[in-house]
Amino acid sequence: MNHEQLKKTLRSLPSKGADWIGLKKITSKIKFHSVKNGLPLSNKIYQDEGVQIEVLKNGQFAYSSTQDTSPNGIKLAYEKALFLAESSSKYPIFPFTRETRPQFKNQPSPHDFNQTTSGEIHDVLSLSCDSIKKEKGLIHSEGYAALKETETYHIGLGDEEFYSSKNTIDFSLKAIAQEGTEVQTRTWGNTLQAGPEYFQKELFKKEATRIAKEARELSFAEQCPSEKMDLLLMPDQMILQIHESIGHPLELDRILGDERNYAGQSFVKLSDFGNYQYGSKALNVTFDPTVEKEVASYKMDDTGHMATKEFIIKEGKLLRGLGSLESQLRSNVPGVACGRVSSWNRPPIDRMANLNLEPGEGNFEEMVSSMERGVIMATNKSWSIDDYRNKFQFGCEYAKLVENGRITKTLRNPNYRGISTPFWHSLKEVGSLPTREIFGTAYCGKGEPNQAIEVGHASSVCLFNGIEVFGGV
Amino acid sequence: MENKLTKNIFFSLGLKIFSSLKDHEELTLSLVGEETNYLRFNKAKVRQSLHLIQGNINLNFTSQEKTCSWSIPFQQDLEQTLEKMTTALGHLRTEAASLPKDPFLVKTQNNGPYEKDHEGTLPPDDELVHSILYPGKDLDLVGIYSGGRNIRANMNSKGQKQWFSTTNFLVDFSLYDAVQNAVKGYYGGQLWDQESYNQKISQAKEQLELMKRPRKKVSRGSYRTYFAPAAVSEILTMMSWGGVSAASFKKSESALGPLANNKKSLSPKFSLLEDFKLGLCPPFNEYGELSNDTIPLIENGQLKNLLTNSKTAKEYDLKSNGANQSEGLRSPLIKTGGLKKENILKTLGTGLYLSNLHYLNWSDMRGGRMTGMTRFACFWVEDGKIVAPIEDLRFDESLYNFWGEQLVGLTNFSETFPEPGTYSQRGVGGVNVPGMIVENFSFTL
Ligand SMILES: [Zn+2]
Repeated sequence: MNHEQLKKTLRSLPSKGADWIGLKKITSKIKFHSVKNGLPLSNKIYQDEGVQIEVLKNGQFAYSSTQDTSPNGIKLAYEKALFLAESSSKYPIFPFTRETRPQFKNQPSPHDFNQTTSGEIHDVLSLSCDSIKKEKGLIHSEGYAALKETETYHIGLGDEEFYSSKNTIDFSLKAIAQEGTEVQTRTWGNTLQAGPEYFQKELFKKEATRIAKEARELSFAEQCPSEKMDLLLMPDQMILQIHESIGHPLELDRILGDERNYAGQSFVKLSDFGNYQYGSKALNVTFDPTVEKEVASYKMDDTGHMATKEFIIKEGKLLRGLGSLESQLRSNVPGVACGRVSSWNRPPIDRMANLNLEPGEGNFEEMVSSMERGVIMATNKSWSIDDYRNKFQFGCEYAKLVENGRITKTLRNPNYRGISTPFWHSLKEVGSLPTREIFGTAYCGKGEPNQAIEVGHASSVCLFNGIEVFGGV
Repeated sequence: MENKLTKNIFFSLGLKIFSSLKDHEELTLSLVGEETNYLRFNKAKVRQSLHLIQGNINLNFTSQEKTCSWSIPFQQDLEQTLEKMTTALGHLRTEAASLPKDPFLVKTQNNGPYEKDHEGTLPPDDELVHSILYPGKDLDLVGIYSGGRNIRANMNSKGQKQWFSTTNFLVDFSLYDAVQNAVKGYYGGQLWDQESYNQKISQAKEQLELMKRPRKKVSRGSYRTYFAPAAVSEILTMMSWGGVSAASFKKSESALGPLANNKKSLSPKFSLLEDFKLGLCPPFNEYGELSNDTIPLIENGQLKNLLTNSKTAKEYDLKSNGANQSEGLRSPLIKTGGLKKENILKTLGTGLYLSNLHYLNWSDMRGGRMTGMTRFACFWVEDGKIVAPIEDLRFDESLYNFWGEQLVGLTNFSETFPEPGTYSQRGVGGVNVPGMIVENFSFTL
């Protein structure tokens, strides 16, 4: 059905006492390509389309999702949702009102996506594998790319209407090197709003060669020492640190207890917003849906809330939570426009979207020279944190030892561990804008039923004092 | 609502699309479908509810040694679905032609029929909310009910037809007290029995009582530790991720590498196998290859098999054992030992009793070392008596220690945990594992 037919169908539904009826149609196509040692491993295209009917009745939201987008399919789905809302209202978690579904409107202008064949993307990944295999000691190479096109059409019972479309990509290259019995892996990848034009042969060959050389270097490197010292994290590890020990603990639905059976709770309490000192003065964190190319930039969340940039933490002080209008109403804590669905088949829940660490003043060379003894770590390879988001342990692919302000050697199997609040209080300096990079992940997992969603993080390099660092087996 | 996602309709759609194939073209269709009610609750109140009908048909296309696949939504309108399949077939011809030949192509063949419908009884729709939440009405009950029909099927242009459906439910819950002590529980199966569910809630409530004592802060160090079956199942999930996969081993990215290369050994008490007799998932994979009823992986500490799919087998000249594309565990079982339930605390003596673990990851995959957190009901035990619940601890330990020389024993009973995962769709499969006692298990934070 086209947009006009959907509007007509929705608006002809009998209200039967519902305070709000919303309809989201989400259409997506993802092309997955993977290459192993230059040869095709798999090429899959995943096309999906469905609608979600959202009903608010007796203060309860309920959902029904279907791929049957005919008028009859939508009517049946509506009846299911209405029935669920009615039967839930005997056990209400909170009496929700229409104020959690604001008015929204834009002028839909569907656009054409740039197309590529599987072969074109395969060629870029295959060439990358060739560049990796050219380096001495390299035993294995892999490339992966997912190119996604999404269109969302959201309408409400009144004259609410909103259309959006986006292109996102998720990709990685992997190089494995062996020297004697020592085997080491180095990767490069990202998740961004971009289309097939991103897959430039020159860029991929250059990065493939770099990771191959670094994997080789690691296969000769010394084991990372185990001691307390300074730690300089590169942006591609900072994003994981921000994600796990700032993003998740500040989700209001976690603090409200919705996630206690799955993802967990939080060490942060509702009363902490507005006064808790989360970290040192150098820590400034924003929810920023406006950054070009960052994967979770958007104009409106999936509940009809227009998205704006907001400070979450300013000079180390906690100001705002990552919570949708529903969570804000339940908790009385200020939040952001972050009620998001992974697709048409899941209800909206509180998500991170783009959560960025704002740049400081630090210059990379000066930050290194200020380190008496420390380690620089890059690229996450292992992550684990408790359900309250306190005790974490993270591992990286690649590290450099710094002695008396100078980089002296490469280290393999670098890891560090800590506890969120003391760790952020040990943040000494944040790098300036030139050291900032934009990253993202396509697979932040949360929710019951489970939802994997894209989130973006941007960060400069960051220097921490006195961190527990250790090596491999 | 009448759901058109049936065996007859799927197989007839297949026959129609196969008739439009040209010479040298082969097609395999795989269907993943569900009709599910999801009820999410917090404090024994409904947070969100969702009714979902979905199905996706994947067309895996092969022509002249080139292959790619295209997946489309199953629409209740069959003409529309067929039209989408026909369009997809057109795209597949173009996409496949743009790719190089796949030297490790898995040939389309008829692997034989399979048909099984596991019928079940769910709580009635109009009593669903009440059935799930009433038993927890004075409690802080949090979690999710999911129940309905789950389908996995495939057919191919060589005449293969396979179908698996199961009607089942799972209440995956935890119970909290006022100071956020918590215990975890599950009630899952095919036949809903309100009394059994009520009992599960009562048992959890009793266990929560034990958590009332003040928490003990256990300092980092090594302790004799009991892992309840749920905790063992968490450890076992790590084996699907850089563990039992033959492809992972071949590229030196497997924690079982040191075992396969005879650099390390495991305890003769430890045996792990895939056991499709559990009936939790279909024994066929994406290609329709049927596995044996059981696949021994580790037997008495010796490596017997890695999970190997046909593509990996072709690439490395191995024998396939019908593993799925990711070569992950689908229905694993760890063999029980001799430790009786009533002797667990006595045998443990002094140390830790862990009911659940959380957020595991490799700290050194190639060395077999993993890290993770304790979660829910975990206790300090002294001289065979539970003393106090503990503050959460982080562990970091090698599987060659805890399933090696430090493995004291496994319990003589086991528990089955149905797959609770619902990313994109409701999962199938599950695990069956005993509890275990390990000596000198390392806690680092
Ligand atoms: Zn996440």
